[in-house]
Amino acid sequence: MLLAGLESTHVAGRRVMSAALRQSRIALPRADCEDFLYEEAAMLDEWRLDDWIALFAKGAIYEVPAAGAADDVNPASALFYIADDYHRLCQRVERLKKDAAHSEFPRSDGLRLISNVRILGNAETGTSVGCAFVTYRSKNDVTDIYFGHHRYVLQPADGAIRIVSKRTLLDMSSLRPQGRVSIIL
Amino acid sequence: MGYETPRSNAGTPWVREDRDNHRFKVARRAFIDKDVLELERRAIFDCCWIYVGHESEIPNANDFLTRSVAGRDIVFNRDRAGNVHAFFNICPHRGATVVRERRGNALGFQCFYHGWAFSNTGTFATRIANGNYPDDFGKDKCTDLTAVPRLENYRGLYFLNLDRDAISLTDYLADAKRYIDVVMDQTEASMEIVGGTQEYSIRANWKLLVENSFDGYHAATTHSTYFDYLTSTVGSMTQPFGNGTNQSRAVDLGNGHALVEYPAPWGRPIAQWIPAWGDAVKAELDSKFARLAKLYGEDRAHQIAHLNRNIVIFPNLVINDIMALTVRTFYPDEPGFMTVNAWAMAPKDESADLRKWRLYNFLEFLGPGGFATPDDVEALESCQRSYRNHEQAGWNDISKGMMKAAPATDDEEQMRCFWRGWNRRMSQAVAS
Repeated sequence: MLLAGLESTHVAGRRVMSAALRQSRIALPRADCEDFLYEEAAMLDEWRLDDWIALFAKGAIYEVPAAGAADDVNPASALFYIADDYHRLCQRVERLKKDAAHSEFPRSDGLRLISNVRILGNAETGTSVGCAFVTYRSKNDVTDIYFGHHRYVLQPADGAIRIVSKRTLLDMSSLRPQGRVSIIL
Repeated sequence: MGYETPRSNAGTPWVREDRDNHRFKVARRAFIDKDVLELERRAIFDCCWIYVGHESEIPNANDFLTRSVAGRDIVFNRDRAGNVHAFFNICPHRGATVVRERRGNALGFQCFYHGWAFSNTGTFATRIANGNYPDDFGKDKCTDLTAVPRLENYRGLYFLNLDRDAISLTDYLADAKRYIDVVMDQTEASMEIVGGTQEYSIRANWKLLVENSFDGYHAATTHSTYFDYLTSTVGSMTQPFGNGTNQSRAVDLGNGHALVEYPAPWGRPIAQWIPAWGDAVKAELDSKFARLAKLYGEDRAHQIAHLNRNIVIFPNLVINDIMALTVRTFYPDEPGFMTVNAWAMAPKDESADLRKWRLYNFLEFLGPGGFATPDDVEALESCQRSYRNHEQAGWNDISKGMMKAAPATDDEEQMRCFWRGWNRRMSQAVAS
């Protein structure tokens, strides 16, 4: 265990870190990160997109490289599916909330499974966290499955956890037959 | 543009053009019928020039990549002298896949099944003990990799043709060459495919993506959320597409190729600056435009730098020079399912900063996670689903702008050019 003795509690349904952790610069506990990722997945499953975007720190980024790309691929020199800075990420959420986001109107049903949560180390801006995921998206009697691993940098902020970066790496050889990434994975 | 089109289209039951009354109809059956797809394979994909890849994807001697083209598995490679080849990726011996990696660099290829090996010119290169085969075995090339019947390139874009007797690629491209030139003349250095491929699929007929790829009519409704986003990055948008001016037009390029060309409010990496890109990029774009004006004059520089163009090279190559430059090709696995490969293309000599913004711009609109393409996919798939109603509601209408002497981007003349090319080839096949 990374941080025995650091405890966290739930306040009004929200994960709140202990005072010790709030004041520390050390890594977030794995169990806290895991709980946080489950909460994030639930927000996306339930289309609580305003709650979801509030998980991100100002200036955060969200990226989905092309299927099969290396973990460290750079969006400044390689073609991704999604490489959002904070402005475009907020715009993505605004777009998805509109009826005119046709791919998600009517909204698809989905379920996100998160597993294999690991602390990967300390990044300059927070704790590097990895996990595996399977996301199901169902619409018009067609179900698509996306799978891969997420790479996060998470940081403690104001008694909660904030996402500094989220990179979704699809461990698939291509985006067939899924065809689109119109949901947040 | 002087391409002869018959006033009536006897020949196939799928396209009805009535020029006197300005009606153009396409049968929905043409999108769902297995027999139509079989005929398309024979009449179109097996005898038109089909895009393989760009020279920059195999930049060095001995580079290779594997890819599906026109429903075949192809090895696209350079030999040690730098000459470009395309082979069917099948062992001449018993038919296993010879090259199983996506890409690499190799002097030769060896089939893993029985070990037959080949140089990267395709020549058999295996020593087999005497007494197993006659002395002249392989003299008829039966032990070599099979090359595609024809492989030709125009400005670095390589195409294959499965028909050995086809007209040359340059003749086939007809007036499309002039607009490929407009795209390639963005730089005096050569163009390159940027790393990373968007390999996806759409549960719809391939011709729906042809139509959609240069459809100016759908933008305002299908992509209203993209334009909301664009307003947040570029400010207000008055008269964004120049419709009603001579800057917005559809052009018949011959042989089923066509394009639309138009101004637009988004930033263009060559060379329409938007404030989000910062002053350094503005200086780079200004200098690029000045260079184009010096080389080609103000008018052509304006066309290259400030106008957008969506080009369809019949049957299945799209070159869209819009908020970024994309090359896209697709192939029907089934009437209702296509695979799509899309790349970003860019001048080799642009700065790292401009390259970053180019790719950022690409993703704001294009591809599986863009703010527009997923909604196109939704539209195409909804059409495909609805075509099951075709027996009672059988015809698509593609008549918009037929009455105009000079149809604009938001008319449907460019699609009619495609369908006329499609109809001509299909009717020849029906007749034969």
